[in-house]
Amino acid sequence: MSTEIGSILSEMESSACLKTELTLGLPGGGAAPSKPGSKRGFGDMADLKLGVGCDRGDEVSVSTPPPSKEQVVGWPPVRSYRKNMMKSCKYVKVAVDGAPYLRKVDLEMYSSYEQLLAALEEMFTCLAICDVMNERKIMDSANGIEYVPTYEDRDGDWMLVGDVPWNMFVETCKRVRLMKSSEAAIGLSPKTSSNGLSMN
Amino acid sequence: MDRSKLFIGNCYAVSPEIVARRFRRIKSVTLKGKPRFSDFNMLPLDWGANVHSWLVMFAKVYPFLEELRLKRMTISDESLELLAKSFPGFKALSLSSCDGFTEIGLKAIASHCRNLTELNIQDSITEEVGGGWLSSFPENFASLQVLNFSSLNGDLNFDDLEKLVSRCKLLRVLKVNDSITLDQLQRLLVHVPRLTELGTGSFLQELTPRQYEEIETAFCNCRNLQVLSGLWEATSLYLPLLYGACASLTFLNLSDVPLHSGEFAKLLAHCPNLRCLWVIDSVEDKGLEAVGLSCPLLEELRVYPADPYDRHHRDGVTELGFLAVSRGCPKLHYVLYFCRRMTNAAVVTIVQNCPDFTHFRLCIMTPCQPDYLTNGPMDEAFGAVVKTCTKIKRLSVSGLLTDQTFEYIGQYAKDLETLSVAFAGSSDWGMQCILEGCPKLRKLEIRDCPFGDSALLSGREKYEMMRSLWMSSCSVTMKGCRLLAREFPRLNVEVIREEGGDEDQAHKVYVYRSVAGPRRDAPPFVLTL
Repeated sequence: MSTEIGSILSEMESSACLKTELTLGLPGGGAAPSKPGSKRGFGDMADLKLGVGCDRGDEVSVSTPPPSKEQVVGWPPVRSYRKNMMKSCKYVKVAVDGAPYLRKVDLEMYSSYEQLLAALEEMFTCLAICDVMNERKIMDSANGIEYVPTYEDRDGDWMLVGDVPWNMFVETCKRVRLMKSSEAAIGLSPKTSSNGLSMN
Repeated sequence: MDRSKLFIGNCYAVSPEIVARRFRRIKSVTLKGKPRFSDFNMLPLDWGANVHSWLVMFAKVYPFLEELRLKRMTISDESLELLAKSFPGFKALSLSSCDGFTEIGLKAIASHCRNLTELNIQDSITEEVGGGWLSSFPENFASLQVLNFSSLNGDLNFDDLEKLVSRCKLLRVLKVNDSITLDQLQRLLVHVPRLTELGTGSFLQELTPRQYEEIETAFCNCRNLQVLSGLWEATSLYLPLLYGACASLTFLNLSDVPLHSGEFAKLLAHCPNLRCLWVIDSVEDKGLEAVGLSCPLLEELRVYPADPYDRHHRDGVTELGFLAVSRGCPKLHYVLYFCRRMTNAAVVTIVQNCPDFTHFRLCIMTPCQPDYLTNGPMDEAFGAVVKTCTKIKRLSVSGLLTDQTFEYIGQYAKDLETLSVAFAGSSDWGMQCILEGCPKLRKLEIRDCPFGDSALLSGREKYEMMRSLWMSSCSVTMKGCRLLAREFPRLNVEVIREEGGDEDQAHKVYVYRSVAGPRRDAPPFVLTL
């Protein structure tokens, strides 16, 4: 193995910072010289079924995506140390009975039920939070329909928003549904005991 | 010619012995080690790129060494100690994406490098690093100009840090980690109002009105700030603290704090001179519209994903945000854009708006994702990039791509130096187009593409003129790799096979030119052919 490095090319134009990158190029940067016997080497390639050029007619395979939910190593190409990406990321869908759209809220952005309900009020502008008989109720001012804020927890049960301490709620809540009061009696889990709602 | 600076783009392309023989009186060395895909956990630990043997040689031959800049290399505490004790005039240590050290090594640097002006640790993975190393700087040590420990985990002794910062009157770059609170930061800023680059600590703190005022004043006094980063956990509540520091800002790095569009837009309004912006896609298209409106001088934009594994089904950014930026920022020449949705038509328009792209890195995060509107391949998008942006030097492609994309690249991208390809192409022909068409290609990294031995071997004459080739999860076999290695002794062909996989498949292939021969430190799972 030759210890000769060959030509040294300079990488930076600026004279203030002259870097040299070690290269294998011959002086003048020419291509590697052809070696004796290289053709014989290519003869070996015959049994790999290679042509001189690639025959475009040979369809090798079209790139196929990995199974959809499988997490591929190193993809997307983001550094793993970016830990804080996931921190403030507790997005849940909010549905309102009768409304044709969904909203999403990041529960991490709030530190209390009051804040969350205020945000919902802002989001679904037809709604207003009123105190009805000392309870927090959400009312559609246009048609007088009352809504009860409910959520689905990790076990798949529908609970009343406000039943558990805030932090536990943030941890276990999968999605929120503003249920019409009239339906709430049927829809909620027997686990929930709350004033003003009759349970099955 | 003054050859006191040495730049080695691949530490295995040459050996310490060869370098020592060839160069005398070196004062500054830059060394790069692992292939870039190691950033994404695609290389096992202990793959290599350990700097120790280099330091042993430098200690013998370059006693006047002043600067060492490492990227993607492993540096142990023992190596740091050797470094600290071997070079009395040592001034600058920069570790980018490095690993292998703890506070023990940093203590050695702090204790022994009397003339240290720069300690710059970036994106480096360490175990929890204790903060005791700061106290190892001698009491009369005051020469530091650059201090960056933003990526180090672990708490620090704040008093030690404050004492150090107050002594170093020449400090112009200070980037702390997220263990430093806002009021602690204020106490530091009081000592260094002439900072040009600041990396804050965490914004997660409940401030009293007086604290708020003091911190606001401290930021306002930073009149020379050009670069701002950190901002962990900053929300709309305390972002306004920064407004007074933003007038001269040219580089705003928000890649550690997921902001929403409203608070982001408000912050941008205070940064009229931005040339470089890094942001998380939580700002969404609306936030990028604000960029288009507020940042006419913008040259570089990077949009990172908040939720790369799509666990929360957030919207992120789409082609609309990118379009909005291109309309308002005609000087844009560097983009890194992570998205879940893109169209050919949008990219065509984007490059018409910004024809000066030199770096175009588009990452459509779902592999093989088609054009959102046409449901067809994204070939024309990248075709437009290479046809319109004649100065393109770096390209990352993604989405559903056939060989047509690579035909375009080979035909038009004559200045291309770096190409990254994932989940793309239809046949060997695609890779062949690149290898035959791009005369200035230096780095080619490919993963999960249907390129096999024929493609690999079509570039055999070219690899000696490139820095390196990476191919993983493609269709290359051991036979093809052996052929390449046999014919080109000045190429190192390294293969990592898949555990439990087909013995004939070359799962990960790394090909690079070298005058040093096969490396002697290869771990057992790396086969050098």
